[in-house]
Amino acid sequence: MIAETGHFALILAALIAAFQCVLPLAGAARGDQRLMDSGRTAAVAQFLFITVAFFSLMHAYVVSDFSVANVVQNSHSAKPMLYKIAGVWGNHEGSMVLWVLILALFGAAIAVFGRNLPHELRARVLAVQGMIGLAFLLFILATSNPFLRVDPAPMDGRGLNPILQDPGLAFHPPFLYLGYVGFSVAFAFAVAALIEGRVDAAWARWVRPWTLAAWCALTLGIALGSWWAYYELGWGGFWFWDPVENASFMPWLAGTALLHSAIVVEKRDALKSWTILLAILTFILAMMGTFLVRSGVLTSVHTFATDPGRGLFILALLLIAAVGSLGLYAWRAPGLRTGGVFAPISREGGLVLNNLLLATATATVLLGTLYPLLLEALDAGKVSVGAPYYNLTFVPIMAPLIVAMGIGPMLAWKRGDLPGVLARLRIAAIVTGIVICGAILLNDGPLMAVLGVGLACWLFMGALSELAERIRLFRIPLRESLRRLAHLPPAAIGMTVAHVSMAVIVLGITASAAWQSERVLVMAPGDGVDLAGYRVTLDRVEKVPGPNYTAERAAMSVTRKGNVVTVLRPEKRAFVTPPQTTTEAAIHTTWLADIYAVIGDPVAPKAGEGGKAGWTVRLYHNPLVPWIWIGAVIMVVGGLISLADRRHRVGAPARKTRSAETPAAGAA
Amino acid sequence: MMRALLFAASLFAAFNAAQMPAFAIGSNEALADPAQEARARELFRQLRCLVCQNQSIDDSDADLARDLRVLVRERIKAGDSNEQVLRFLTQRYGDFVLLKPPLKSSTVALWAAPFALLVVGGGVIALRARRRARPAPAALDDAERARLARLLADDERPRT
Repeated sequence: MIAETGHFALILAALIAAFQCVLPLAGAARGDQRLMDSGRTAAVAQFLFITVAFFSLMHAYVVSDFSVANVVQNSHSAKPMLYKIAGVWGNHEGSMVLWVLILALFGAAIAVFGRNLPHELRARVLAVQGMIGLAFLLFILATSNPFLRVDPAPMDGRGLNPILQDPGLAFHPPFLYLGYVGFSVAFAFAVAALIEGRVDAAWARWVRPWTLAAWCALTLGIALGSWWAYYELGWGGFWFWDPVENASFMPWLAGTALLHSAIVVEKRDALKSWTILLAILTFILAMMGTFLVRSGVLTSVHTFATDPGRGLFILALLLIAAVGSLGLYAWRAPGLRTGGVFAPISREGGLVLNNLLLATATATVLLGTLYPLLLEALDAGKVSVGAPYYNLTFVPIMAPLIVAMGIGPMLAWKRGDLPGVLARLRIAAIVTGIVICGAILLNDGPLMAVLGVGLACWLFMGALSELAERIRLFRIPLRESLRRLAHLPPAAIGMTVAHVSMAVIVLGITASAAWQSERVLVMAPGDGVDLAGYRVTLDRVEKVPGPNYTAERAAMSVTRKGNVVTVLRPEKRAFVTPPQTTTEAAIHTTWLADIYAVIGDPVAPKAGEGGKAGWTVRLYHNPLVPWIWIGAVIMVVGGLISLADRRHRVGAPARKTRSAETPAAGAA
Repeated sequence: MMRALLFAASLFAAFNAAQMPAFAIGSNEALADPAQEARARELFRQLRCLVCQNQSIDDSDADLARDLRVLVRERIKAGDSNEQVLRFLTQRYGDFVLLKPPLKSSTVALWAAPFALLVVGGGVIALRARRRARPAPAALDDAERARLARLLADDERPRT
């Protein structure tokens, strides 16, 4: 009964969404306030009904209702409660319901909190949100209904893929979807602005908090996913340029570009047409990610069971959205008035360079992801595009971006003084030079490591120099500087924090890639091995029962100069339903490095050849790898600080006419 | 740098990925000479496990990946250079085996596009900037001023 309620609620939500696409649009065209307001009611109602559907499905999982096909396929009565709940979105159908739930949440948020948006704009934004909602609700109802029953109901379910039975599942997908779907708001604002034919600073100010919030969530979602991969997969790696990782990375890159170009629209009334295009493309890339994951066109373990029907449906949606929005863009964008003029060397110019590089990086990832498919479709042979390709293309595009990130924020709007800025960056340049020399002397890894360390140092020092410049550090009394710091607008501090976090991430990636130590060997209890100044000894291996698995757990003591540092307990878990083994890495972090241990299969001595009995063991020393995720968290904090800026607050008093050219006119 | 290991930890791991990475490199397989073994490992990272999904043979536990590792080690032991090993495998399995696609007519677009886009995008931006930021006109000389007065006198339409 509860499953049917959920099903029915989903159908009602689709009907409401259908009204939401039409009525507010008509209202905005005719200036009919009642019709326009109906969009708000519809958005809230749609959200409520989808919430009912979502919790109905969750109920079926929590009580293990095995008459629901989706629960049978993805759950098991012996599964821990956390994974019963998280298992709701651990499969295609359930994750689509989460997707539309988040979409409707954003729609309702616009309806409720967007009070000071112009009524026409709000009505049109809600109508576009309604269209997206309708499309995906129809997709769920037509091809991916999670509420279908099975008769007779089996005694137990088939269980959730053990790799997904991890706290990572509880958080990674919701944040990722908050990001993906959050960009739908920017898309809706862009389409609404095209219908209206007007983009101004106020528009940019309204769209930025939504974009920023979505970007923060996506950043966190990607970081969580990469951290999960790091500790769960047992390979010590964190990013693999897998097509589905790329699918989440492309909207992130485009969204980052969008955040920056929207600043130019807000402050200088320029780059309007490009910003609209970016807002459209960012969401189309997010939708394309959904298509790639669910259609089966990509071969990846991420992908759901291949289903051409679903793939065609999403492809059709994608095409309609792309052709519709880009067509509207081609028709209306030329009518947008171009605003402020600026010299190439200026803050605007820096942000244009940022957009050029980020857009090229996005296109590179897109090409690398789709090229094998294209070639195969053209019958021109099969190729693989893996990490070596991205290291040779993506990295050279990002390196100049990081150099520019150190300079751009110090340039003045309209016309910048590059020699002056470089002079003010001389301390950053000197420190970077010293660090690069030190890195060359100490580096025993690839030369790329020196480049990475240099870039990170430059960016770090550049961001701090900019902050020091703002508060006139050491040029006026320190107390006065601190007072200035306290009065800086949050957006300015957010930018500094986000840029510093990028330096931290670059350093983490560089160090862990260049200076990783690895030992792969067969160890018997009592054996020890040296790893980057530590000695790792295998003490014992024992069998340990778990709730729905049995594990072989090793105890490895790690010592440094005779002192015990820690005891690592990596596990290999054997699940029964479905029959599968997973590795649970044991990680000891010093925050400067991780010691990472994985235990594998037992090895028997080969007959005749001798050899050793024991367990295969893989040990890593990963320098600075935690900084990647620390950096990502700092980046999100930077985004949130910026979001706290009054000017970005959704409910902030309409517009202030005071010139934005005070020294506070920050960025990011 | 980063291995093209299958990142199964995302949401949608399919059940057919049942062979999760347990251990790709049985240490019993390793070559005795550390320099040769290091070369082998470097090659593993560039080679795709053909039956897996986007995994390198360094990261895969599949039988075929193991066979390929054995093959690579044999070739290295026999004295092949890295290029010779890669050529040998490409002849057998096609370009699909290489995680770094070779430069040829069908992949020119793949390799050239990122840099072409950068150049074209930069060019478009530069052109537009130049068109927009025309230098401020110099002051009019006497002849020009006279011509302007004549034009204004001729012109009957009001200027907005």
